Amino acid sequence: MHTQAIEKTVEKKPAEALLSKRRKKFVNDPLTDDNPITVQVLGICSALAVTTQMKPTLTMAVSVIFVMVFSNLAISLMRSLVPTRVRIIVQLAVIATLVTLVSEVLKAYQFDMYKQLSVFVGLIITNCIIMGRLEAFALANKPWDSILDAIGNGLGYSWIILAVAFFREVFGSGKLFGWPIFEAIGLEFPNNGIMVTPVGAFFILGLIIWVQRAKSGYVEH
Amino acid sequence: MQQSNTYIIVFSAVLTIVLGGLLSLANQGLKPMQQKAVELDTKKKILSAVTDLQGKKGDEVISLYGETIESIVVDINGEIVEKDEKGGDIIAENVDVAKNFKKAPEDRLYPVFKYHKAGDKETVEAYIFPVYGRGLWGPIWGFVALETNLNTVKGTSFDHKTETPGLGARITTTEVSERYEGKKLFDDEGNLASISMLKGEKNPSSVLNDHRIDGLSGATLTAIGMNEMFESYFTYYREYILKVRNSTGQKVASLY
Repeated sequence: MHTQAIEKTVEKKPAEALLSKRRKKFVNDPLTDDNPITVQVLGICSALAVTTQMKPTLTMAVSVIFVMVFSNLAISLMRSLVPTRVRIIVQLAVIATLVTLVSEVLKAYQFDMYKQLSVFVGLIITNCIIMGRLEAFALANKPWDSILDAIGNGLGYSWIILAVAFFREVFGSGKLFGWPIFEAIGLEFPNNGIMVTPVGAFFILGLIIWVQRAKSGYVEH
Repeated sequence: MQQSNTYIIVFSAVLTIVLGGLLSLANQGLKPMQQKAVELDTKKKILSAVTDLQGKKGDEVISLYGETIESIVVDINGEIVEKDEKGGDIIAENVDVAKNFKKAPEDRLYPVFKYHKAGDKETVEAYIFPVYGRGLWGPIWGFVALETNLNTVKGTSFDHKTETPGLGARITTTEVSERYEGKKLFDDEGNLASISMLKGEKNPSSVLNDHRIDGLSGATLTAIGMNEMFESYFTYYREYILKVRNSTGQKVASLY
């Protein structure tokens, strides 16, 4: 048994490092150059809807990363089994199951958050970023690569919505994670009502995209 | 690669069974926690209509509830109902206002929660009435606490299922629920005048009075739902309210 095992490993090509240069790209690219929100302009609906405050945004970000990682993993594991003709339905079923799980767990342990996010947790199902990654990546790649890809895209989505939420909560309600920030440093700062509305999210998203494209020189074709 | 139809059907069936099983497992496993969360949430809502619960933990809320709330169930004629048709006890906390909402008003059960001094059931300080109605997208509900004169609003707390965040969903904020405080349900003649939200916000104080309050800008349909909810439920609770006023020797002549 022992010798057999050794022989087998010898036959294999030297395994690629868990975080090789190629794999690091899976995580790094979606953070900036191939960001799902600012470059691919996906998942805008939830980016506008949940970002009035940091706390629900964080919950949303964690939920989306969870759903992405596990749906990418699941689809990647069954990529050779999934019939091509019904693959979209299969993807949808996997995502919907994971989202329902998230929603049930939130209901049990974070009831207030569950109520606050209400429909938006359910709407993760229709978040195009997730289905996009399943279709474009997980169906054609190995599980570990798919997990990295999901983490990259999940974080790319998360940092944008957290950045938007940061500005919206600070300028819209003068708070950070519900903590009155301007009051604490003794500054009178009037709240900007537009930041509380979805329009405020559009402005901030636009500014982020502007800064990002000015730096990267990205041009839409 | 083109798979056979049989393969596709078998694959889909297996997938459905696996995912379905996973979901029902999670549902069953999490149910006790969820029920506890819902119960705590309801008790929080009831209590927050009369008192500030800021910073109170779950267990403290439950014990405070036990000490200060006495609940009864009445029907549309204001009669206390204790047994259901099968002879079982009716417990106000278990009366599902949402389910009752689907029945005709005459057949509904109406819970009433009496807020009294801790440990002293005789000294009622407020009456809390659950209300239920339709918002823009889905149900809205809440608890309205009335002073012992059963006219002046002592406090309110509202909740909703799917109102738009930032617009209709604002009914859950203290900013909105405080608008109802001190307002009156009945006019000087004793008729139900209810409390209605006007269209828009920052209305001049000349149009606001004991029965008219600021509305929700951008969520007028939710506000209309709130108004209908107030009007209908206090019509249903009217008989009970009159009975209590009679029995406590309050001047009721003005009510007719």
